[in-house]
Amino acid sequence: MTSISSRRPAERLFVTGLGLCGAAASLTIVAVIGVTTVEATPALSVAGPQAFLTDDGWFPLSGRFGLMPMILGTVLVSLGGLALAGPMGIVSAVFCNHYAPAAVATAYRLLLKALAGIPSVVYGLWGLVTLVPLIAAWAPPGASLLAGILVLALMILPTVAVVADSAIQQLPPALHRGGAALGMRRHTIAFRVVVPAARSGLATALVLALGRALGETMALLMVTGNLVQYPSSLFDPVRTLAANIALEMAYAQDIHRSALFVSGLVLALLVAAALVVAEVLAPDGTRHVD
Amino acid sequence: MSIDALRRRRTARVVDAAVWGVPAITVAALAWLLADVVWHGAGQIDLAFLTTAPRSAGRAGGIAPMLVSTAIVVAIAVAVALPLAVGTAVLLVEVLPPSASAGRWIRRSLDILAGMPSIVFGLFGNLVFCTMLGMGFSLLSGGLTLACMVLPILMRAAEESLRGVPDGCRRGALALGMPRHRAITAVILPCGMPGIIDGLTLGVGRAMAETAALVFTSGYVDRMPSALTDSGRTLAVHVFDLSMNVTGGDRWAYATALVLIGLLLVTAGLLSLASRFLQRKGAHKP
Repeated sequence: MTSISSRRPAERLFVTGLGLCGAAASLTIVAVIGVTTVEATPALSVAGPQAFLTDDGWFPLSGRFGLMPMILGTVLVSLGGLALAGPMGIVSAVFCNHYAPAAVATAYRLLLKALAGIPSVVYGLWGLVTLVPLIAAWAPPGASLLAGILVLALMILPTVAVVADSAIQQLPPALHRGGAALGMRRHTIAFRVVVPAARSGLATALVLALGRALGETMALLMVTGNLVQYPSSLFDPVRTLAANIALEMAYAQDIHRSALFVSGLVLALLVAAALVVAEVLAPDGTRHVD
Repeated sequence: MSIDALRRRRTARVVDAAVWGVPAITVAALAWLLADVVWHGAGQIDLAFLTTAPRSAGRAGGIAPMLVSTAIVVAIAVAVALPLAVGTAVLLVEVLPPSASAGRWIRRSLDILAGMPSIVFGLFGNLVFCTMLGMGFSLLSGGLTLACMVLPILMRAAEESLRGVPDGCRRGALALGMPRHRAITAVILPCGMPGIIDGLTLGVGRAMAETAALVFTSGYVDRMPSALTDSGRTLAVHVFDLSMNVTGGDRWAYATALVLIGLLLVTAGLLSLASRFLQRKGAHKP
């Protein structure tokens, strides 16, 4: 705020208004976390925080609050999706920058945007009606960890690809030219020079996609079968934390409802942790729009 | 040719094939998904489908109330979030010095907000808007919840767009003796408008696609809403309900999904036209 701004009343009013906008915008996250925490407190104080990690089974009405199978389910689906989408997204970015002719790269970037814009409930519908029966024909029941991983991989692929793309674009062109001048082949330049040089940006891409994966709700609810259990194979149903909230909020009361807010809090913390890691990994001066 | 050279050439060919294979798989997956939606959904769509209310839990009739609910919820979200987002962006770019720690904190808090899972917004909206503020399951609760969700998207786009406004615009306006708030509203914001609208495209797309944050805020009453305090079912929630809770609802779910995707495309197209139009208009300015 310069001295000019404080001299005129209209100017002062304007700046105050902007300050209020900024305050409201930045307090939103405080309100989200704060309110969730307050609502989670009854369950946390009745059961004790460790009960959510150590209780066997999720029966909140009988005082058993074990979230562990769902935390594991969430992490397994997310890591599985990332194991597929991560390499594919990075190769997509390499493809756009070093393999595809300009027109093809433009078209492919547009396609990735389309993939990112498809509503998650449509992915879920497609997974439920098309993918799950295919998996069921091979290894019943179909609605499974595997179905979740496949649908999620497709959903987070654009996140990885777009962030990796901008990371590779930011590299100095001299890197590529130097490789070419040394007589390196295209794939050697791409995977031995460019990818290692962009590694911190690529790591950021993976972590941001992981954050997105951990929080995905509807698509996974529709295809993973939602049984609260430790899966013993890819074909077993699992329930994720987010799906658990969506499934039980409709009828949850009192302590049960409070326990759902605890799982929301756990989810928010998992995602926030991923974001903090992403910020630490991010190369200086990059900002990400997803 | 030596064996070594042959082997190297083979490696090159394998790697190149793999690099072309990934986009091929991606294109195939997207084509499969879209073909499925069109194949199963297109048959149900006609004028009556778009203009009548659903019957028999959605297995007959149409989706008119869902279209209206979606439009209202998204409009509320934009009406609330856009002024806040643009105001915050102006504060960050035009008022606060670049090194101000307040700016860093505002930016960081919105980055974290952007990362929150939508179901967490659903919990928050249900508690704050439906329960604490007494709005119940209503379009208003849903719209306000979505406003919190799209706020960071709109803010980032507006911020980046304002940063891209050339300093000449600022200096020119100030040299004409405009007070700074006039310079911002009359010169700088119009210059940044195309980028703000691009952000709006992302935000509206995200809002229209949202399900998890709406199920427990705007609810799933499938009647035509008559007030903002009525509960209303959006298109995305309708797709979810038809596929999960209604036996034999798949074809109707696909039809609704197809309408939703079409609507997303039309909205994105119109907004990008608007953005391009403004950009061309702006190009005449010095």
